Amino acid sequence: MLTWIAILILAALSTVAFLVGRRKALASAGGSSAKMHSLPGYYGTYVALWVGVPAALLLFVSIMLGGRLEHGLLTATEPPVLQQLSSEQKELFFEDAQALAEGRQLSEAIYEPDVKLALEAKANEARVYSNAFRQGTFALMGVLVLAGFLWTFPRLNKDFRARNRVEGWVDGLLLACSIVAVITTLGIILSLVWESLRFFSSVPPADFLLGTHWSPQIGMRDDQVGSSGGFGALPLFAGTFLVMLIAMCVAGPVGLFSAIYLSEYAGPKARAVFKPLLEILAGVPTVVYGFFAALTVGPIFRQAFNSLGGLFLGGPLNELGLYLGQVQNQMALVAGFVMGIMLIPFVSSLSDDIINSVPQALRDGSYAMGATKSETVKKVVLPAALPGIAGAFLLAISRAVGETMIVTMAAGLQAKLTLNPLETVTTVTVQIVTLLTGDQEFDSPKTLAAFGLGLTLFAVTLVLNIVALRIVQKYREQYD
Amino acid sequence: MPMNRDDSASHEAASAPGEQAAPAVPSGPSIKIRARDINVFYGEKQALFDVAIDIAEKSVTSFIGPSGCGKSTFLRCMNRMNDTIPICRVTGSIEMDGEDVNDKSIDPVVLRARVGMVFQKPNPFPKSIYENVAYGPRIHGLATGKDELDAIVESSLRRAGLWDEVSDRLMQPGTGLSGGQQQRLVIARAIAVGPEVILMDEPCSALDPIATAKIEELIDELREQFCIVIVTHSMAQAARVSQRTAFFHMGRLVESGATDEMFTNPRDSRTQDYITGRFG
Amino acid sequence: MTDLPLTTTTASDRARDIRAAVESRLKIRHASERRFKLYGQLAIAIALGFLVLLLGRIVTQGASTFVVHSISVQVPLDPARIDQTELEGVNYDLMVADAVLAKLGEKDDDYGSKSEAIKDLMSPDFGFQLLNMIKADASLIGKTVTVSGPLRANADLYFKGEIKRASPEEERTLTNQQLDWLDALKSSGVITTGFNIGFFTKSDSTEPEQAGVLGAVVGSAMMLLVTAFLAVPIGVMAAVYLEEFAPKNRWTDVIEVNINNLAAVPSIVYGLLGLGLFINTLGVPRSSPLLGGLVLALMALPTVIIATRSSLKAVPPSIREAAFGVGASRTQAVFHHVLPLAMPGVMTGSILALAHALGETAPLLMIGMVSFVPGVPTGFDQAATVLPVQVFIWENASERAFHERTAAAIMVLLVFMILMNAVAIIVRRRFERRW
Repeated sequence: MLTWIAILILAALSTVAFLVGRRKALASAGGSSAKMHSLPGYYGTYVALWVGVPAALLLFVSIMLGGRLEHGLLTATEPPVLQQLSSEQKELFFEDAQALAEGRQLSEAIYEPDVKLALEAKANEARVYSNAFRQGTFALMGVLVLAGFLWTFPRLNKDFRARNRVEGWVDGLLLACSIVAVITTLGIILSLVWESLRFFSSVPPADFLLGTHWSPQIGMRDDQVGSSGGFGALPLFAGTFLVMLIAMCVAGPVGLFSAIYLSEYAGPKARAVFKPLLEILAGVPTVVYGFFAALTVGPIFRQAFNSLGGLFLGGPLNELGLYLGQVQNQMALVAGFVMGIMLIPFVSSLSDDIINSVPQALRDGSYAMGATKSETVKKVVLPAALPGIAGAFLLAISRAVGETMIVTMAAGLQAKLTLNPLETVTTVTVQIVTLLTGDQEFDSPKTLAAFGLGLTLFAVTLVLNIVALRIVQKYREQYD
Repeated sequence: MPMNRDDSASHEAASAPGEQAAPAVPSGPSIKIRARDINVFYGEKQALFDVAIDIAEKSVTSFIGPSGCGKSTFLRCMNRMNDTIPICRVTGSIEMDGEDVNDKSIDPVVLRARVGMVFQKPNPFPKSIYENVAYGPRIHGLATGKDELDAIVESSLRRAGLWDEVSDRLMQPGTGLSGGQQQRLVIARAIAVGPEVILMDEPCSALDPIATAKIEELIDELREQFCIVIVTHSMAQAARVSQRTAFFHMGRLVESGATDEMFTNPRDSRTQDYITGRFG
Repeated sequence: MTDLPLTTTTASDRARDIRAAVESRLKIRHASERRFKLYGQLAIAIALGFLVLLLGRIVTQGASTFVVHSISVQVPLDPARIDQTELEGVNYDLMVADAVLAKLGEKDDDYGSKSEAIKDLMSPDFGFQLLNMIKADASLIGKTVTVSGPLRANADLYFKGEIKRASPEEERTLTNQQLDWLDALKSSGVITTGFNIGFFTKSDSTEPEQAGVLGAVVGSAMMLLVTAFLAVPIGVMAAVYLEEFAPKNRWTDVIEVNINNLAAVPSIVYGLLGLGLFINTLGVPRSSPLLGGLVLALMALPTVIIATRSSLKAVPPSIREAAFGVGASRTQAVFHHVLPLAMPGVMTGSILALAHALGETAPLLMIGMVSFVPGVPTGFDQAATVLPVQVFIWENASERAFHERTAAAIMVLLVFMILMNAVAIIVRRRFERRW
């Protein structure tokens, strides 16, 4: 509430600053804007920016950090009654103290009377802190507003280059926005690396990357630190690879041939129909593919394999028949197959772009020799487009490796080191989801393992993307 | 080379549909290509109007005219390259050795093996020099073994005057050659299939004068074995390399005849204006 | 022709040989041509076949959700059965079941097994309805009130043919007797068939017949709002900077490569970022539309930047030069002339990026949006769920009745995505200009 009032006051002050700044500048030019360096509005804007923006930034920062700061101050001293509580209970205690101070709903924890007293004491303490903090913030904001006004207002006259100054602010804002992308990358890397380091401090990286036993459900208790039994991720890498391979076996040929058909054979009308339809396939959310895999493709495949197995029973391939008879809904083949379908439009549109950028002159040269269309495609267009298509495939592989929903819904959870497409496998992304969707303590190796997996995934896809984008870019430049 | 006067200008062709008063070449070299009533449409737009011309065996015929006059379009009719443009429609007849190339029974694959083409910008495939030349023989199955293919590649490169320059680097990419070399490589590629006619669409417009001179020299040599049709912007080039010249204007064939005669004594005023540089 | 010189004869012989050689292989070559073209057509057919199969399956699985079988029961509120001191403890479900039994003209046995069997057919919501009525107006006790609503999911599935009488009784969740009752109630008109409005006006529930998508739709809308307000302005400004202002140097190259790579980072990594940075470090509330919107905004940002840059690139330099020519500063040239002209492309790209964000699931699982949220979210910092996650939750549910709702929720999701795409296409068609 107070915050909103502060924002309103700030807005009002900025408006006033705009008006007086504009008036002063106009007055200095004798009321004729033609004599001024910039349009009158720029002078007003300049003052308003200096009055409003620094204070607004301060308010934002204080809102972002206030709660944390208060929390830190609160937890600095523990009431003696807290010694009987566990660390989680303590955490809850402090959260409730803050909630009580702010009049929010408390947790459902039940406190002993003496603890309850301590809670109220802490709540009072929290109120003191937050009042002090708020008052400090508002005071500092006032100072900033005043300073901003005094810094700018006296300098205004008709020759002041107000427009350039305002544009400087605009440029700064634009630059800041473009840095958001870099900060995002840094944020990804830092958060992944930070949590992963904590994970790797208890599980050696070599055991994680090369270990063949994955069962984080058992997890590690404190007395087990150093024993890395459950965190060998090799089966996950194998599962990811297997699913990716199957997906590319579907998406590669189908996507490439669709692209060839669309770019070389289809007339403009056919293209106008087929391309948007493929785009629909590309726009379908992955969770929908997951649903399709789990409830349509999975059962169909299982039935097909089961009845195929029935044919072998009793024959020389009895063993195979028995095996096929017990194939389950969740298997690598289903996840990979549906992921392949998902990637068809991706491969197709990338390859289509690549093939279209092969110069028409090469095709004409080939046709003029009497080559048929398919000979031209096979012997001239595809070889010329090969690097680009390789890049497109790498991007598709990166997509397949990072895809989450389809495998979560259709591949399964059992970590098996196998390349048999009929087996249930699990992938890196599935395990990240599984490890982080339960309600568990954040610091456990189990949740930290997810960040280890995330870091691996990020590193692999990053390398794939960089290489792929490089190849595609080089390829494009060649024909520009 | 004695060439017959070509007295059917486009007016006459337009006024006399069907079998026209033939711009015949009664004696001397035989007629390789006989085109009548050629009309070409790009969608709604008509690009060529009733073009009729005879093109002689073993000689160079050049097509001149201002840009957009239809000379390249007509050239592309002769090996049916216009088939590759979906909106393009061609009517009329182009007879090569008495067969209509537009006939349904004629396979463009076979036709294009007989009628080679060289384009404005050199377009070697992004393959080795050897593979570029071997491409045609390979797809058409003209060589039965590696030796035979080698021989075809060598003789084609020799005939294109490129052998001495590239014989030691046949396996290097054709795109690494200079513009003039690339254009000769493309000519060698066309020759390798053993065509009867070679069409050249402004083959020197992307080249410098020295490379141009080499190509012109080559064209003059090739004339002894092939029927060559060349589209050119440069009247000087037409005068240098061709025995017969046809002048196109606004989609019509205005005048055609022996090159020396046309340049010294054009019959149509438009030809006169073009040659003397009043437009174009 | 006549009397050709000797050399010509050999040359024409050679030509004939070549022609023969070419023609001899024509058949094979044309067959291979047809085969190759067929592969292409086959590939397109496969891709489109899957599209049809995918959408077809979802429609056939989900369509039945929009039909619901409801029942309306008059329940006598017998004062003897209602303990006024503890209203919450009364077994209202049993009262409803008895009322239905009475309607069927059956008498319960001593063990109460028949009313138990009826209870299985009625949604537990009836009990809550009774409780709320009495809480609101205690004078109703002793009178007869009407409760109405959907049947329990099992009974509903029976009428939709998902549970078949023909299948053996022990394999069904409903007994023969229950089926008989349902048939009787249906033929006497007590059970009615209608459009399932509840699916659109209710939120998630543990009971399939009470579950709807409203909460998820509102959650998605709120989250998308956050995403749009963050990703579009930041993305557009970043693109303007990179395209119009940035000097071409190493630093901008880094940003450029960085943005291209960010666009290809797996979405689940953004979820980890949300968890590690926003929840654990900055303390943004878990499961909230604010958090989801933040994460998706970062994900959509590179797409918006790339789309904006390409439409800025498409504005010809002559526009900028014209603006400079009349003395405009770079900032004025960009914001008065270039950006407005690029706006259709920017809008199209942004809408498509948002449509993509609307369908995103994986990162949201990481930041706690999978939790069960039974109501419509009331604020940007409150727990919420969104449509794709709702799909995921329902797909995981064991009850069969949730499967049809999953497909129906997908249909709702797809309708929203199609609408957004349609808007994008309209914007592109109407406003885009070609230079």
